[in-house]
Amino acid sequence: MSGAFRLPGGGRVDRSRPLRFRMDGRDYDGLAGDTLASALLANGVRVVGRSFKLHRPRGIMSAGLEEANALVGVGDGARSDANLKATEIELFEGLEAHSVNAWPNAGRDAWSALGLLKPFLPAGFYHKTFMRPSWRTYERAIRRAAGLGHAPRGRDPDTYEKQFAHADVLVIGGGLGGLVAALSASAGGAQVIVVDDQSELGGSLLGHSASIGGGDGLAWLQGIEAALRSRPNVRLLTRTTATGIYDHDFVLACERLAGGGARQRLWKIRARKIISASGAFERPLVFPDNDRPGVMLAGAARTYVERYAVAPGRSAVVVTNNDSAYHAAFALRAAGLAVAAIADLRASPPRHALDAARRHDIEVLKATAPLKVSGRRGVKSVTLAGVDETGRLGATVGALECDLLCVSGGWSPALHLFAHAGGAMRFDLQRGAIVPREAPQPIACVGAARGTFSLAASIAEAYAAGAHAASATGHPSNDVFNAPEIDEWPQVAAAPIVEVRAAGSRGANSWVDLQNDVTAADVRLAARENYQSVEHLKRYTTLGMAVDQGKTSNVNAIAIMAATTDRTMDAVGTTRFRPPYTPTTLGAFAGRETGERYRPLRRLPAHEAHAELGAAVEDYGGWLRPAFYPKPGESESQAVQREVKMTRGAVGLFDGSPLGKIEVCGQDAAEFLNRIYVNNMLTLGVGKARYGLMLDEYGIVKDDGVLSRLGPEQFLVGTTSSGASSIAFWLEEWHQGEWPALRLTIAPVTAQWAVMTLTGPRARDLLRAFATTIDLSAAACPHMSAREGMFAGVAARIQRVSFTGELSFEVSVPARYGEALWREMMRRGRDLGITPYGVEALMVMRIEKGYLHVGSDTDGTTMPQDVGFAEAIAKKKADFVGKRSTMLPVGRDARRQFVGLEGVDGGGPLPIGAHVVDPSDVRRSHGWVTSTCFSPTLGRPVALGLVENGRARTGETVALASMHGRHPARIAGPCAFDPEGARLNV
Amino acid sequence: MLLIECPWCGPRAEIEYSYGGPSHVTRPGPPEAVSDAEWSAYLHTRRNPKGLHLERWRHTHGCRQWFNVARDTVTHRISAVYRMGEPIPAHVAQAVKKDGDA
Repeated sequence: MSGAFRLPGGGRVDRSRPLRFRMDGRDYDGLAGDTLASALLANGVRVVGRSFKLHRPRGIMSAGLEEANALVGVGDGARSDANLKATEIELFEGLEAHSVNAWPNAGRDAWSALGLLKPFLPAGFYHKTFMRPSWRTYERAIRRAAGLGHAPRGRDPDTYEKQFAHADVLVIGGGLGGLVAALSASAGGAQVIVVDDQSELGGSLLGHSASIGGGDGLAWLQGIEAALRSRPNVRLLTRTTATGIYDHDFVLACERLAGGGARQRLWKIRARKIISASGAFERPLVFPDNDRPGVMLAGAARTYVERYAVAPGRSAVVVTNNDSAYHAAFALRAAGLAVAAIADLRASPPRHALDAARRHDIEVLKATAPLKVSGRRGVKSVTLAGVDETGRLGATVGALECDLLCVSGGWSPALHLFAHAGGAMRFDLQRGAIVPREAPQPIACVGAARGTFSLAASIAEAYAAGAHAASATGHPSNDVFNAPEIDEWPQVAAAPIVEVRAAGSRGANSWVDLQNDVTAADVRLAARENYQSVEHLKRYTTLGMAVDQGKTSNVNAIAIMAATTDRTMDAVGTTRFRPPYTPTTLGAFAGRETGERYRPLRRLPAHEAHAELGAAVEDYGGWLRPAFYPKPGESESQAVQREVKMTRGAVGLFDGSPLGKIEVCGQDAAEFLNRIYVNNMLTLGVGKARYGLMLDEYGIVKDDGVLSRLGPEQFLVGTTSSGASSIAFWLEEWHQGEWPALRLTIAPVTAQWAVMTLTGPRARDLLRAFATTIDLSAAACPHMSAREGMFAGVAARIQRVSFTGELSFEVSVPARYGEALWREMMRRGRDLGITPYGVEALMVMRIEKGYLHVGSDTDGTTMPQDVGFAEAIAKKKADFVGKRSTMLPVGRDARRQFVGLEGVDGGGPLPIGAHVVDPSDVRRSHGWVTSTCFSPTLGRPVALGLVENGRARTGETVALASMHGRHPARIAGPCAFDPEGARLNV
Repeated sequence: MLLIECPWCGPRAEIEYSYGGPSHVTRPGPPEAVSDAEWSAYLHTRRNPKGLHLERWRHTHGCRQWFNVARDTVTHRISAVYRMGEPIPAHVAQAVKKDGDA
C-alpha cells in the first residue's frame, strides 16, 4: 500500500511499481507515476513547507508548476536542487527531499514564532524600519531568517546538452488544444514540434476526465497522439518545458532526461509559426485564513483524485465563484470522499449546475463564502457566511467540519509565453480572465490559453489554428476533420468576486501571494501609500516575485488593486512577464561550455617542448604561454632575473608565435595601411620593417606592432598578441565599410606561423649554425629588416625587430615546424649558453628599454601625443584613422604622458598602480605606475607610468602612493637601459 | 535571438553576427577642412529611432563580410538586407523618408 490516502482504484499511477522515498528524514512509499506532492498526500502529509516571511505552515495547494507552497530541496551537496515544486517532481526510487525555509523541518519549525509578529510586519516594514544607519546593517540577519533553499555546494557533477531544431510550426502544450492543432498543422507535411512539460501527453484531460465523442476524452486524444506519432514530420517532446520565446520566433525549451547521460537538454527551436496551447491556471479565492494546509485549488484536488488516485482529504467543502469546481466536487464524491457542501458565491448558480449537484447528492449553498478556517496545521472546519455580489460577507451561516477546502476563483490563461512574444492582453469580463490580444510575432493561442474553456470550441479553434499555420508555411492539406460530439455545460461567466471579507476587515489574514506572504491588506496598504502602479505594487509588497512568479496571485492582486483604487483591471494592467516561464537550471543554459571548454586556451606549436623544459605556463590573452622556465628550487622572480641576465649576456630563445600576423596584399595595400596607421607606410621600402601605432576614430591608442613590406604589394602586419583577432576585423571594417574601392585582401595568418625569437649578443652566432639562403650579416640585414628565404630547410620569414633592446631575429616557419625549430635552436645553442625565456622576462626587458605595451601603458584616454608621437602626426600630411580627433582641443591642459620612473631609495619594485603625487600635497593624483619591475641589468627598480605633463618634468622628485605606503621616486625618460641603442645596431 | 539573412550565406542566427552601429554614416574629411562640431557629430551623434533603423552587421562567425540591415527597433522585423555599397532598397528608402529618418 502506498499511503493511507491512496484510493483503491483508478488513476494513472502504476500500482505494480512501488517506490521508496524520503522526505525530511522519514521514509515513505509511493508509486511510479506519482509526483512527490501526490505521494506525500497519499501518505497523509499535510504540512510541506513554511511561508517565506512568516514561516506559517503550508500545505500543497496545486498540482502543477504554479505551486506556491510545496517547495522542497532535492539531493545534497553538489548534486542538489533548491526550491523545486513538489508538484513538479516525478517520484523516483530513493528520492530524498527536504523542506526549505524551515528548521528543523516543515512540520516543526523553530521560526514559526515569527507568525505572532505578523501584525507588525506589513509590506514595506523592513524598509521603513531598518533604515539607520543603513539597510545593509540588518540585511544579513534578516535574510538568514527569510531565505528560501540553499545553492548547491561544489561543482555541478551533471552534464547538459543543447540541440538546435527548426520547425514550421511549434506547438507548446500537448493537451487537447495542442495535439489537435498539431494534427491539422502536420497534415500537409509541415515540420511540427510539440513540447509538453508533463511525463505524458494529454494535458488537463490526464486529471480532469471528460467525455468526447461519446467516450473517454483522453482515449479520444490518444487516438490523435497515435496519428501524430505515425507522421515522420512530427516530433513529440514530453518532459520538455518551453521556458521562453525570444526575438524572431526563437524558443527555448528544456527537456528533462532520464538514464545515465546528460541530465537536461536545452532545445533551441526556430519556429515559423508558434501555437500556444499552454492551458490555464486556476485562481484561488482570497478569504480569511485561506493559507491553511488543506486549502487546495479545486481543479488540483480533482487531479489528485483522477490522475494520481490520491484522496487529498477525507471530507471536503468546495468554495467557488464558477462552474468548474462543481466537476471537482463530483469527482471527489465519485471517488468516495465526503463533500459536505458546495459554497457558491453566486446568488443564482446556473440551473445545469444545481441539477447536477442534486443528482450527486451534494448540497449547494448559494451566495455563501468562507468567513473563517480553523486548524493551524490542517483544516478542521470552515465557518461560512452569506456574501453579496461585491464580496462583502454577511451573517454567519454555520460551520462545517472538513479536512479539505477546495477553492476556485476562475481560470487565468497561461499567457507568459505569449507575453514573451510581445503579445498584448486585455481583461475580458465575460470570461473573468486576462486574455490575449495580438502579438508582433506569429503566435496564436488556442483553447484555455486563449480563454476558451469549452472543449468543443477549443477543439475547433485549435484545428483551425493548426490548419492556418500549415497553409501560412506552405503546407496546406485537404484533410477533413470530423469534430467530435461533446456534451458539455454552456459557458457561464464566473461571479466577478476575487476576495470576500467582512465589513471593516482589511484582509490582514487573507493571502494573495502565499509564497511571499502578501495579504489583501498589504495590497491595500500599497494603494494607500500610492504604490498603485502594478509595477510599484509588485516591488513594494514583493507580490509575484517568489519562485512561482505569481502564477496564482497576479490576477487577484490586480483585481484587489483595481477595486481599491476604483480603476478597471486594464487600467491597472499587468506586470511584464519575462523568460524563463518557470525556474530553469543554469546548467542547461551553460551546456557543455563549462570549465576548460568555456574559453578553450590555445596551445603553442612547441607546447610539448616548453613543458619538457618545466615551463610555468599561464593564460596570456587566450594562449597558454610559458611565463618563465624555473630551474629546480628557483622562485619566479629568481627565474625571471636569470633569464634576463642570460639573454642580455649571451642569447635567449622566446616563443613569439601568438604575436598577431595579418597579411595585407594588393596594389592598394600601402595606401590602405597608410590610412590606418599614424606612421607613414607609403615610404616603407621592400624588405624593411617599421613600427606602426594605430588609433581608433576617437584618437585613442588602439594597438601597435611592426609592419614589414615583403614585396611591393605584400605587407605583413604585426599586432599585439591580444589584438591578433580583433585587429584583422578592424582592418576589414575599414576596408569594407569605408574604402571598398581600394584593391587588397586581408588575411589573418597568426596561427599559420610559428615564430621563434632569438635575442641577445650571440643571436647571430647561433643563426650561423643553420643553413639559410638569407644573408643575415649586419650590413645585409640591419635592424628593422624583413627577409624571406629558406631556413633550416623550410620556407621562412626572418624579421630583425626587437622588443628586448638586444640584437634580435624573429624566425617564422610554418606552424608545423615550430616544435622542431625550437628543439634545434635549443640544441645548437647549448654551447653559446642559450636560455629559454618566458613572457615575464620579456616584460622586464621591454620595461628596461621603455618600450610601450599597449593596454598596460595606455588606457582609454591615451592619445598618440601622450606616448611621444606628436611629431609623427605633425609630419604626416595624409589623413589616417583618428587623425582629426588628435587635432581637437583636449579640454584639459595637463595630459598624462608616458614616462619612466626610477626608485631613489634603493628599495624593491615600485608598486604597480601606485599614484604619482606631489610629496608636499598627496591629495591630488598626477598619474600612476603602469608597468614595473626590478631590473637585474641595472640592479634597481624601474617603472613606467602615465604622468601629467610628465615629459617636461624629467628629474622631478615625486612620491608614489599606494596601499603599501609612499615611495620616493624620480621622473625619467622611458628608456632606462642603452638609450642610444648600441646593442641593437650590431 | 534574431534570424538575420546574410547576403552571402543566407539566414543564420544572431550569435554568428556582430552589430556595427548605424549604416550610411559619412566620414567627413579631409581633417583640416572639418570643423570640431562636424567631427563631434560624426563621432557621437546618432539617431535612436523607435521604428525603422538602417544598421551594419558583420557575419563574424561566417564569411566575415559587412552588410546593411533595415530593422524595426520595436518589432525587430527586418525589411531588407543589402550589401555594402549597394543603394538602399526602394521600399526601405521610401519608409525612411516617411519616418523622416535620413
